[in-house]
Amino acid sequence: MAKYSLNINGKSLQVDVDPNTPLLWVLRDHLNLVGTKFGCGIAQCGACTVHIDGVALRSCSYPVSVVDDKQVLTIEGLSEDGDHPIQKAWMEHDVPQCGYCQAGQIMSAAALLSKNPSPSDTDIDAAMRGNICRCGTYVRIKKAIRTAANS
Amino acid sequence: MTIVKTRINRRSFLKASALAGGGMILSFSWLAGCKPTNEEEVLALPKEWFELNSYIKIGENGAVTLFNSSPEFGQNVQTSLPMILAEELDVDWNMVMVEQGNFAPRRFERQFAGGSQSIRQGWIPLRTVGATARQMLVNAAAQTWKVSTDEITTENGVLMHKASGKKAGYGEMASLAAKLPVPEDIKLKEKQDFKIVGSSKRNVDLKKIITGKPLFGIDHKVEGMKYASIIHPPAFGMKLKSFDATIALKMPGIQEVFVVNIFNNSYVRSFFDTATFPELIAVVGNSTWEVLQAKKSVNVEWENAAESTFMKTGFGGGDPFQATVPEGLESTAIHRTKMADSTRKPGRILRKDGDPEKAFKTAAKVLERTYTAPFLAHNTMEPANCFAHVTADQAVLYGATQWPDPISDTLSDSLGLPKEKIQINLARMGGGFGRRAYSHQLVEAALISQKAKAPIMMVYTREDDMTSGVYRPTYSATYRAALDENNNLLAFHVKAGGIPETPIHPNRFPAGAIENYLAESWEIPSNITVGAFRAPSSNFIAGAEQSFLDELAEEMGKDPIDFRLELLGRAIKNPVGERNDYDPERYAGVLKLVREKSQWDTLQSDVNRGVSAYFCHNSYVAEVLDIKMVNDKPVVENVYAAVDCGIVVNPDAAANMGEGAIVDGIGNAFYGELNFQDGVPQKNNFNTYRMIRMPEAPKKIDVHFVKNEHDPTGLGEPLFPPIFAALANALYKSTGKRLYNQPFITGLEGEDLMRL
Repeated sequence: MAKYSLNINGKSLQVDVDPNTPLLWVLRDHLNLVGTKFGCGIAQCGACTVHIDGVALRSCSYPVSVVDDKQVLTIEGLSEDGDHPIQKAWMEHDVPQCGYCQAGQIMSAAALLSKNPSPSDTDIDAAMRGNICRCGTYVRIKKAIRTAANS
Repeated sequence: MTIVKTRINRRSFLKASALAGGGMILSFSWLAGCKPTNEEEVLALPKEWFELNSYIKIGENGAVTLFNSSPEFGQNVQTSLPMILAEELDVDWNMVMVEQGNFAPRRFERQFAGGSQSIRQGWIPLRTVGATARQMLVNAAAQTWKVSTDEITTENGVLMHKASGKKAGYGEMASLAAKLPVPEDIKLKEKQDFKIVGSSKRNVDLKKIITGKPLFGIDHKVEGMKYASIIHPPAFGMKLKSFDATIALKMPGIQEVFVVNIFNNSYVRSFFDTATFPELIAVVGNSTWEVLQAKKSVNVEWENAAESTFMKTGFGGGDPFQATVPEGLESTAIHRTKMADSTRKPGRILRKDGDPEKAFKTAAKVLERTYTAPFLAHNTMEPANCFAHVTADQAVLYGATQWPDPISDTLSDSLGLPKEKIQINLARMGGGFGRRAYSHQLVEAALISQKAKAPIMMVYTREDDMTSGVYRPTYSATYRAALDENNNLLAFHVKAGGIPETPIHPNRFPAGAIENYLAESWEIPSNITVGAFRAPSSNFIAGAEQSFLDELAEEMGKDPIDFRLELLGRAIKNPVGERNDYDPERYAGVLKLVREKSQWDTLQSDVNRGVSAYFCHNSYVAEVLDIKMVNDKPVVENVYAAVDCGIVVNPDAAANMGEGAIVDGIGNAFYGELNFQDGVPQKNNFNTYRMIRMPEAPKKIDVHFVKNEHDPTGLGEPLFPPIFAALANALYKSTGKRLYNQPFITGLEGEDLMRL
């Protein structure tokens, strides 16, 4: 076990966990931030996507010991009240079905737009291909990203 | 005017007095209209609620809470079922809050998600519930104002008496209305007067989903909760021999390792009590990660399981019978050989019209094709999990289940607690697709909690989830058509089976449209467990049948839509046989609509198109799929769907579900496959089990609905089955290759569909 001081959603939070613990489980089990979802555990589905220093990464495969003082942003910290342009676009297009993968989809999309405010369809495909949606909401996700990019 | 007897929904009118009165802590972000929260609205929360029936309570200020009693797994019943209530109650949707009703058989009817039935079966009961509550409010106003009920009208939650100019909000009359007798004969609205039904409303949980609020079973937490996971045998046909947890128990945070048995030996299992591995090892500890690490350190010895039997009831109950689990470690190669053998032997005749044998003997030409598809895993994005807290005298569960009722019996028997001491609270499900109709994980979590004497969250890893069975069966279907020398269709023969179930529906189209028709089936027993998977059996047979009809139309020199319409024309004018379980007019209607919307008759120079149509789960669907070849690789461009599901309750959400089913179907058709070697599933996570991803999804999907006034039918499943053939038929046009075996990716040698 080891003590870590993490910077999550702009707050400094302390945990005492096994250094190999993936950030995903630190968020979910220890910090009660359950918006980040467990899907596959091997960085193949994107449900656990968070931003680490602004980059979309899979928290299920990111050990807490290497987070250091990096800025972690989760779905809970993306906006005060669901008013990030990506979230507003998700509302406009009523994107989710079951909803389980959507936090990860939103975090991947938000990271894309922060780097590339006017992505092409190919850019969107490349940024989003790591996020699986079994309900098949991809067409709406893409529309919502285009809407957010134009807003 | 539709008049219904409220007796049909007797349970819905039980008053649950504990819920009347204030005390509910709700924020207005629950408002169905998803309006932005502001100070005034928060202050406007009611001080007191009055319960008009099991589904509706009204605050003294006019706020309305509607309960959705059906489990929600993405089909959006949490929005659409309350819309039906709100329509007949005649309230402003912006004043509505929706709550998930927990499992309460004394309070709610039919708490089940599956078979695309929630809207269809909820339609009249929920309209009746809403209209009855409205009538009680009218009666209360009539009593208060001392006027006739006939003179009172309602609109958007306001009662009005035109002659005297009196007006009152529902909230003002709710207290009295809740005390009045339940009226017996209720008038339902005329369909042309609908204001909420038929207008698109956003998902009532939308904001919670996009802000990451805890909604799912796996998100649940209570003070003192422990975490648990399970270890199951590595292969079908194996069981636990012994285990040694010495090392695991020394690992940090690990509390206990023990065995759980899901069923008592004497228990008569229901149809939905499918559990691949009824005996499991459970690991309990302080955190998920510690538990998952310790699992790997438990030394387990497995052994081959001998043939075993248990007593069960069939679908819908009935007398118990003995079910057998065969012994053996099965492999896909052997499955394929056995299935090929079965296609050559006579099957069990399910339907025969005319004299098909004679027609085939005299035919000038016979077209014969065999189609196959593998086992499929459901791969819900939320892996199996459940919260349970079992104490000496009660059990509280929170988790994902499509059908809490049957599993409540199992829980009662396995825990040794009376059913009324078992509370199952319904979580939003991170996907279901049929898998969560089999709810053994609730029993596992409860038994672990009981033994660990603590509230626990049990979580499967993705590998556990993908390798623990209840799959879509593997199937094979052989179609034959007999043609005369002028290419007239003389006879049609389908022989289909699977491991362990047949996919055939003998009375569906094209039965009824062909003079000489034969349908036969076969089954091969297996210890690989199977269960419902989005449009069970239709999800295979539609693709096979509609691919065959495409090839047959080509052989006959006909346009594939014209050919289907000709067959349906026969079924309309002069149907063969009497047991045809489809309406050929509505079937033809969706084909005509998709022809129009896809501009089928206008030559599309840059795309190759495939068409397919199917009727299942009470709804009719026709689909056209366009493929464009880009650098010699097929890319799905557009999909056009025409759907007849009667009245569409929530059109945009209905389109969303249709789009999803199409994407899901294309993904499963291209990539879906789970094979076995010596009983071991050959894929266990998304690095090997390929799922459709955004770049492979169609660029555009248009879902069109036939406008009519038929009572609504379901949508979760019907758009899924036909897309397999629309894709296969378009791939044929694009590549010149007919694809008979799923997944199609294996038939497209050298084609890298994962292009970027």
